[in-house]
Amino acid sequence: MLPYALRRLVLALPLLLGITLISFCLMHLAPGEPTDMGSPDIPTTSDKEMRDRLRQEWGLDKPLHVQYWNWVTRIVQLDFGRSFSPDARPVLQKIRERLPITLLLNLVEMMIIVALAIPIGAVSATRQYSKFDKITTVFVFVGFATPDFWLALMLMILFGVQLGWLPISGLRSPTWEYLSFWRQQWDFFSHLILPIVVATFGGLASFSRYMRQSMLEVVRQDYIQSARAKGLAESVVIGKHALRNALLPIVTILGLSLPGLIGGSVIIESIFAIPGMGQLMVQAVWERDYPVMMGNLVIVSLLTLGANLVADLTYSLVDPRIRVAARRSRR
Amino acid sequence: MRPFWRALRRNQLALAGGVVVVFVAVLALLAPIIAPMDPNRYDVKKILDAPSGLHPLGTDQLGRDVLSRMLYGARVSLAVGFVSVGIATAIGIALGSLAGYHGGLTDAMVMRLVDLMLVFPRFFLLLAVLGFLRPSIWTIMAVIGLTGWMSVARLVRAEFLSLREREFVLWSQSIGASAFRIIWRHILPNAIAPVLVAITLGVPAAILAESGLSFLGLGVQPPHATWGNILSEGKDAIEIGWWLSVYPGLAILVTVLSYNLLGEGIRDALDPRLRQRVGRIVSRRR
Repeated sequence: MLPYALRRLVLALPLLLGITLISFCLMHLAPGEPTDMGSPDIPTTSDKEMRDRLRQEWGLDKPLHVQYWNWVTRIVQLDFGRSFSPDARPVLQKIRERLPITLLLNLVEMMIIVALAIPIGAVSATRQYSKFDKITTVFVFVGFATPDFWLALMLMILFGVQLGWLPISGLRSPTWEYLSFWRQQWDFFSHLILPIVVATFGGLASFSRYMRQSMLEVVRQDYIQSARAKGLAESVVIGKHALRNALLPIVTILGLSLPGLIGGSVIIESIFAIPGMGQLMVQAVWERDYPVMMGNLVIVSLLTLGANLVADLTYSLVDPRIRVAARRSRR
Repeated sequence: MRPFWRALRRNQLALAGGVVVVFVAVLALLAPIIAPMDPNRYDVKKILDAPSGLHPLGTDQLGRDVLSRMLYGARVSLAVGFVSVGIATAIGIALGSLAGYHGGLTDAMVMRLVDLMLVFPRFFLLLAVLGFLRPSIWTIMAVIGLTGWMSVARLVRAEFLSLREREFVLWSQSIGASAFRIIWRHILPNAIAPVLVAITLGVPAAILAESGLSFLGLGVQPPHATWGNILSEGKDAIEIGWWLSVYPGLAILVTVLSYNLLGEGIRDALDPRLRQRVGRIVSRRR
């Protein structure tokens, strides 16, 4: 187990390097520079001097490969550099402020999706072509086709504007400081309801579909027949023998879908004005804040690679067949 | 081909999807003729008018007719959908067939590239590129295409891996046909079915991606109307003009749904066994 994990870790490194190299090149090859920003339309000599000084300070005057090498040597010492924006704060500090809320949203979302999608998928597979199965199929197709930002707008109009039940932006009400402790908790929670509902919707559709497909494949296997033949109750056959095996592919898909979930939070965060990683990224792109963008990418890629690794390890933990295959291939 | 049509005709959902797909395409093509107004003519006396006989879907913040803007927006959405999927399919076929036919080192390199692109948070990549290039309809098409080829490459590779072991490939090789000829003339035509399905299911994904980017202001720039940027204006007027948010979103929903239904129908009609192989694409894009 441990050697396998280590080997996977070693393999993840070049992947991470590749990601950063590609984004670094893309960023720098694209026209425009951070120093273009904020300068007036009429260039003056002092403007040019200013620009040259900034370029020197930020190291933008060096050749591209030198810049990348410098960035890599600093990043391995966990030095993410300072933001190019006027506040010039350390990138790591900026990210540390933003990361918790994005992680919280994604985790809650993931848990709700898993908790709902598995029973939905399992039931619609065991009762294929029943009314329940048909309804969920319609839901799945509509879920695939609904743009999440549009769903967000509709819910905002309904619950925020028309009914006035839920707040539609930010994380706290302006009056937050004056509320009692429990009121504060409710206030925070109520700000999260709409973003979480929107974020869960699309993922729920695809995961319940996966679960259904996986379950359909499993219930046709011979060992399910033999479990029935030896007289086990149907609930045991489905709930124990079939469900466990149908869950296997779901573990991998969970890991694979993480980049999508994190990427999806860009849209959700910008609609609901939530100060998370997605919003930070959009801001950094507009301001061409290279260090913040690169830092953001590294953190998100690390999280994604880490989640994939955990998914793979869990997979080999729960499925003995994989461990056996790995041992055989080593021989 | 005949059993294919028979199977497709029996699938009423897919047929309905096909009808809507054609209908939307015709509306988009005829937009200059059937649009009641000039989509960019503004009128300060008609700012945010609710739907009425004159403006069936209301007007926006500049008093422009929403129905006309949506008809023109359909052209952008469909164009982006088809061109970007075309780009993705071309790259996917090229890399997938090379990897599948040659195997070995080529295969390993292509598949590592696929892994890398899959791990890359796609939306972050799109954002990063579009933030730097001037966002226009061409950059959107290129960027969506360049980040969407992985599933096609995987599919084509899988087909090639099994097809290259067949005897007709061995025969072609033995009479000295070039690798390019074998790939292009002999194997690819046999692997075209899953690609076709991938295209039909890729178009709606690209339409969704474009509308999301336009919504964030990174897509096609105003004053050119797209469903996404009408929605983004709708967000600013959310307290007054619900019609600005409701209709473009419905248009996206119905169009994407129809393409998906048609795509699934084609897949089932072509070959029921494809279900499992191509099924992954639909869900992967989320």
